[in-house]
Amino acid sequence: MSVALAQPENFYQAKRGLFSWIFSTDHKRIGLLYFYAIISFFLVAMALGFLMRLELIAPGETVMGAKTYNQVFTLHGVIMIFLFLIPSVPAFFGNFLLPLMIGTDDVAFPKLNLFSWWLYVLGGIFALLTLVVGDGPADTGWTFYAPYSVKTGTNVTLAVLAAFILGFSSILTGLNFIVTIHRLRAPKMGWFQMPLFAWALYATAWIQLLATPVIGITLLMIIAERVFGVGLFDPSLGGDPILYQHLFWIYSHPAVYIMVLPGMGLISEMIPTFAKRTIFGYKAIAYSSLAIAFIGYFVWGHHMFTSGMSGPARVIFSVLTFLVAVPSAIKVFNWVATLYKGAIDVKTPLLFSLAFIFQFLLGGLTGLVIGALATDIHLHDTYFVVGHFHYVMFGGAGFAFFGALHYWYGKIWGKMYNEKRAQIAFWLMFIGFNTLYFPMLVLGLMGMPRRYYDYLERFETLNVISTVGSWILITGILLMIINLIVSRKSGKVAPRNPWGGTTMEWQTPSPPPLHNFDATPVVPEGNPYDHKNNITEKA
Amino acid sequence: MFSNASNFVQGVDTSFAIILGASLFFLVGITAVMVYFVVRYNKNKHPEAKDVYENKKLEITWTVIPTILVLIMFYFGWTGYQPMRDIPDEGLKIKAYAQMWSWQFEYDNGKFSDTLVVPKDEPVILDLVSRDVVHSLYIPAFRIKEDVVPGVDNKMWFIGQEEGDYDIFCAEYCGDRHSYMLSKVSVLPESEYTKWYNDTTATADHPGLAILKKNACLSCHSLDGSRIVGPSFKGIWGHEVEVVTNGEERTVTVDEEYVKKSIYDPNADVVKGFNQGLMISYQNIVSDDEIKDIIDYLKTLK
Repeated sequence: MSVALAQPENFYQAKRGLFSWIFSTDHKRIGLLYFYAIISFFLVAMALGFLMRLELIAPGETVMGAKTYNQVFTLHGVIMIFLFLIPSVPAFFGNFLLPLMIGTDDVAFPKLNLFSWWLYVLGGIFALLTLVVGDGPADTGWTFYAPYSVKTGTNVTLAVLAAFILGFSSILTGLNFIVTIHRLRAPKMGWFQMPLFAWALYATAWIQLLATPVIGITLLMIIAERVFGVGLFDPSLGGDPILYQHLFWIYSHPAVYIMVLPGMGLISEMIPTFAKRTIFGYKAIAYSSLAIAFIGYFVWGHHMFTSGMSGPARVIFSVLTFLVAVPSAIKVFNWVATLYKGAIDVKTPLLFSLAFIFQFLLGGLTGLVIGALATDIHLHDTYFVVGHFHYVMFGGAGFAFFGALHYWYGKIWGKMYNEKRAQIAFWLMFIGFNTLYFPMLVLGLMGMPRRYYDYLERFETLNVISTVGSWILITGILLMIINLIVSRKSGKVAPRNPWGGTTMEWQTPSPPPLHNFDATPVVPEGNPYDHKNNITEKA
Repeated sequence: MFSNASNFVQGVDTSFAIILGASLFFLVGITAVMVYFVVRYNKNKHPEAKDVYENKKLEITWTVIPTILVLIMFYFGWTGYQPMRDIPDEGLKIKAYAQMWSWQFEYDNGKFSDTLVVPKDEPVILDLVSRDVVHSLYIPAFRIKEDVVPGVDNKMWFIGQEEGDYDIFCAEYCGDRHSYMLSKVSVLPESEYTKWYNDTTATADHPGLAILKKNACLSCHSLDGSRIVGPSFKGIWGHEVEVVTNGEERTVTVDEEYVKKSIYDPNADVVKGFNQGLMISYQNIVSDDEIKDIIDYLKTLK
């Protein structure tokens, strides 16, 4: 190919200094600001998870008291959900990639985007403040169930305020993406020429916009009850604890899809690239994202099968829960079918994607076991549920995030990661993850309740195995992070399109210039994963 | 696998077998196909990829069949569960009180017990009452669980079909000592149960101690000086303690007036170093006479 003329300035070089970052309205810089904050919180919550597993290695007190343990699992959940999982993929990959993928120079509202990041930081600071003021972090679990959350002396008010602020950050990001996708697609890019990641972000953004206000109001109600004694949820003040559970899960179940749908979008990008062929069933994958987002609104009651909800309500919520499994199953079938007759190049992002499929499948199928009434009554609030949602959230969304970090590493930082070290890290993570969480499924079937600081002796063996798994997993994660840090210095320079990807972000230099493209990007014809008319293949 | 400990075990375990079996089949099947494709179509063996865009028949098949399958799973989940909600009119009615962090069971004749004792082969209907926050009564061996929600009139029922002792756990997180909120259910032959039920003679305990046990006082206040959630009872009678009243510290003597106030209005004077808000008022639960018994007992704890 032709010799590149003077390489244009990339977006790192365009401006310098701290203020050029924290007050930047460039979607790529804001994406990176999110990334560094998100990954720091992830490491904090991972350390808390490590301490919890260490405490549970043997019955009785091991490294901390009961109250501390309860605070640790609450903080682990709050950070992982509100500060890692919810923002991780949309706020980092979404911000960085969406404008590149649809061929535009920024999101629709760049200043609002910066404001969302500042809200995120403010929420994060409030969450961390609970550590150092008053009676320590909340000890309610991330669910803040009333009336315990009204009665406890720990920093529930502050923690709830943090979640409230983070909610606004999420709402504004969602709003920004919806408008961006509607208004700023490159001329000639039809809806069905959008990459599937954009579809996933679009479906997610609607949930963020419509469901998050409900949790905002609910959390304010908790504060009103704690601070002003307004009787809303505490029966001793005339309130209704079941009302709290409904309001909480009306948001928090759709929020599960805020966490996993964008991850599914990442998988839909990585698999066709490494299979060197088009995605199978593009439209089915796009529509199933919308179907999941829609049906996902109506299944929240399955968190309350034992709450004393009426019989018919339990039956209806159970049916709907089973139906929401169908679009997820369709996606899995399509991904597997995309491997058929490909020319598969097994690189780290693909390994993470395959692990995603296996672990998400296990997470989804265990979801059916607790979606059924008879079996849920036994498994509700046991370790089975803990195993199930870690398979979906970490084994699914988390693995998609880390796979994508390798896939777009060159595009974002301009260097390639070390493949060999990345694969070693991947296998440690895969083995560690399954050793950590699979025993939890068995513990749940045996009847061990969740959020237990101490347990009966018959649960000990599996808890020991699980704790050992946590050590392997953390070793893998640390190795992965070290590899990514070292590769920034020692990695090979990344070309525009190291993997032969077909979507538009591969048309621009790595890292991209400030305004994203050095030449007018070309919208691929037909579906965006067609390798035969891939104009960037050898660029 | 199939025990017969309660009348629900067989129905629930049948649902488990069907749903877990189908799930395992799909997990193994899909994973195997995926791994096969990755090996078979590796770029070294299969360098020329072939685009396959869609296949309507295949896609309809893998939409319709899973829909039918999940509805079948739903059906078995529902049939295994339905009997749990068909609470019979006749049966042994017991009140189950949950509070941080103990269980108490009250029988028709006024008998209280911290374990649930029931006769074999007779329907038992539990009336679930919470005195503070949400708890959940869980008997894994019976495959049943129902939340105990303050202000809500929840019920659950079962028939114990095999003699023995089974664990009761609290399954809904309820604070510091959630994982110690355990009890047992004992299923006895009819004759032994009747003997137990009619034995209302006072326990060997001091009457004051019996009242403390019955009202879950000891799950927070120890008798041996160790710190749990509230101050220990050991040696407090007649001694001075530092308390916080409306944000101000003062010193009071533990006398009859103080004990009564602490039971009826526990947030008024909180011993320094402990938290407000965790203890409920026992205004309509513990009588004046019972408080006298408690004080008599406190005097013995030197």
